[in-house]
Amino acid sequence: MSVIKKKSLGGITFDVFNYTFMILFSISIIYPFWNLVLLSFADQAEATNLGIRLWISNWNTSAYKFIFTHNNVPMGYVNTIFRAFTGTVFMLLMCFLGAFPLAKKNLPGRNVLTIFFLITMFFGGGLIPSYLLIKNIGLMDSIWVYVIPGMFSTYNMIIMRNFIMSMDKELEEAALIDGANYFDVAFKVIAPLLKPVLATIALWSIVGHWNSWFDCLIYIKDDKKYVLQLIVRRMVVQSQGEYDFMNMEAFNKLSEIKIHSSNIKSAVILVTIGPIILVYPFLQKYFVKGIMIGSLKG
Amino acid sequence: MSNNFSNSQIANKYLINLKLKFRYKEVKKMWLLYVFLLFPIVHTIIFNYLPMYGVVIAFKDFKPVKGILGSEWNNFQHFKDLFSSIGFFRVFKNTIYISILRLAFGFPAPIILALLLNEIWHVKFKKITQTISYLPVFMSWVVLAGVFFEFLSVQRGPINFIIKGLGGQPIDFFTNKVWFLVMLISTGVWSGIGWGAVIYLASLSSVNPELYESAELDGANRYHKAVHISLPALAPVITILFILNLGGILNAGFDQIFNMYNPLVMEVADIIDTYVYRMGLVNAEYDFSAAVGLFKNIIGLILILITNLIVRKVSDYGVW
Repeated sequence: MSVIKKKSLGGITFDVFNYTFMILFSISIIYPFWNLVLLSFADQAEATNLGIRLWISNWNTSAYKFIFTHNNVPMGYVNTIFRAFTGTVFMLLMCFLGAFPLAKKNLPGRNVLTIFFLITMFFGGGLIPSYLLIKNIGLMDSIWVYVIPGMFSTYNMIIMRNFIMSMDKELEEAALIDGANYFDVAFKVIAPLLKPVLATIALWSIVGHWNSWFDCLIYIKDDKKYVLQLIVRRMVVQSQGEYDFMNMEAFNKLSEIKIHSSNIKSAVILVTIGPIILVYPFLQKYFVKGIMIGSLKG
Repeated sequence: MSNNFSNSQIANKYLINLKLKFRYKEVKKMWLLYVFLLFPIVHTIIFNYLPMYGVVIAFKDFKPVKGILGSEWNNFQHFKDLFSSIGFFRVFKNTIYISILRLAFGFPAPIILALLLNEIWHVKFKKITQTISYLPVFMSWVVLAGVFFEFLSVQRGPINFIIKGLGGQPIDFFTNKVWFLVMLISTGVWSGIGWGAVIYLASLSSVNPELYESAELDGANRYHKAVHISLPALAPVITILFILNLGGILNAGFDQIFNMYNPLVMEVADIIDTYVYRMGLVNAEYDFSAAVGLFKNIIGLILILITNLIVRKVSDYGVW
């Protein structure tokens, strides 16, 4: 900012207020989550009147033991990790398969093809026709419904395409002259150079899959195929958790420290966002860089 | 002249054939590229274009037994039903109302945050605050709903704890129609403010520092600098984003509302998207619901096209 720093009284007052405001603001973002942390470890007495506090006296890990043994949480992890990984790999591959050819200005039919894809960004069938389609294809209640319908994104392909177009043509031309076919050029020459774009798309894809719940809600009936988000939703939002809390009674009979539903609910939420929060501070700057690439080119 | 679309399809094919004849050699050389393209093309046909065709059930009396082709046409009956339905009128009203509220509070908030953050000169403090500020963007509304169910809980939530401590009656944010909207907009602003500020901060960082320096020499204080230098510098971005936001006015935040609403607040919380969901997937009125969805998409598309055109005109003018 400015080099000359005149410290006026008004300026200092403003600074004090501004910094204080930022600290309060940051607390307002963190505290709702911290509240859940406390709740997940609190015993019955403290939990009923939690209110505002920074710490609790008895840290009780029973809720976490419970959800990992008596619950669908481990299965939820498997399903969520499956879709995040598989979905992202497919996405990167599919977008590349579209971006690489479309980046060539001399590809016959390029304009038509590009329009063919762009139209889908403006118009779609909507929820009901898509739902009926999935039904008719036979992806209903299949774990592949997490991966297959969403494995291509025109938006991501365009980002990749623009990135490739901004690269030096000579690299590719040199390889072609040397007798390489397009397969080698694509995967051995160009793809390795796409790391920034691939990383950005991959990050957003992983987070997107991790947070997906709607497709699970409408297409999946078998709760062994549930993702973590749906387990959270069933317990926390839908109040149909009687199923999940059934086992709680049995657990409580066997253990000294009793857990109750709010323990379990908050533990499940935290376990779902845990990986994201752990990884977040280290990766967040790549996310931010990512939108910059997207918005500049797009 | 039966169908304009298929005529231009034919015309396109003719043109493609012409082009291909001239460039047959190129196509032969590039055959592998077309194999590559086959994958996204097939995927797009199945998952994007087939549903577009499926939308025709909005004009039919759809019976799943008969299938899409076998069901009879009822032309615009669903749309007539739509316009005369009280349910639809209510959700349409709610959608617009909630969107306007979101714009009124949620649009200025990131701008103000960006302007304030811009005044923080301690770099590490600024970075840490920013990082914390957009944490909610990486959570789903299923999770955030859970967070707020607890945080705003009547019995043990911190907010009501404060209210009770100040001598007031605890507020049930999820069953009271007025407070529900307050909660909806507030949590919506809370979750988007940090991320929204990123773009504004990026624009602010590209302002020439000399402008600020010479303003200071002329006697300007922080407030003057913010209003007369920073804000005008943001004017183009603000204008574009505002116009684009207007284009999305029919989207009032399905994810958030769907996870937070319940029958008690349905009257104010039901929006077009939640209505489509319930009519279609819960009541299995596939055809009517498809009609509602189509109606919304078409209006939304028109809005987006208009606002995008306006944005292009505006940014042609450059900085104003």
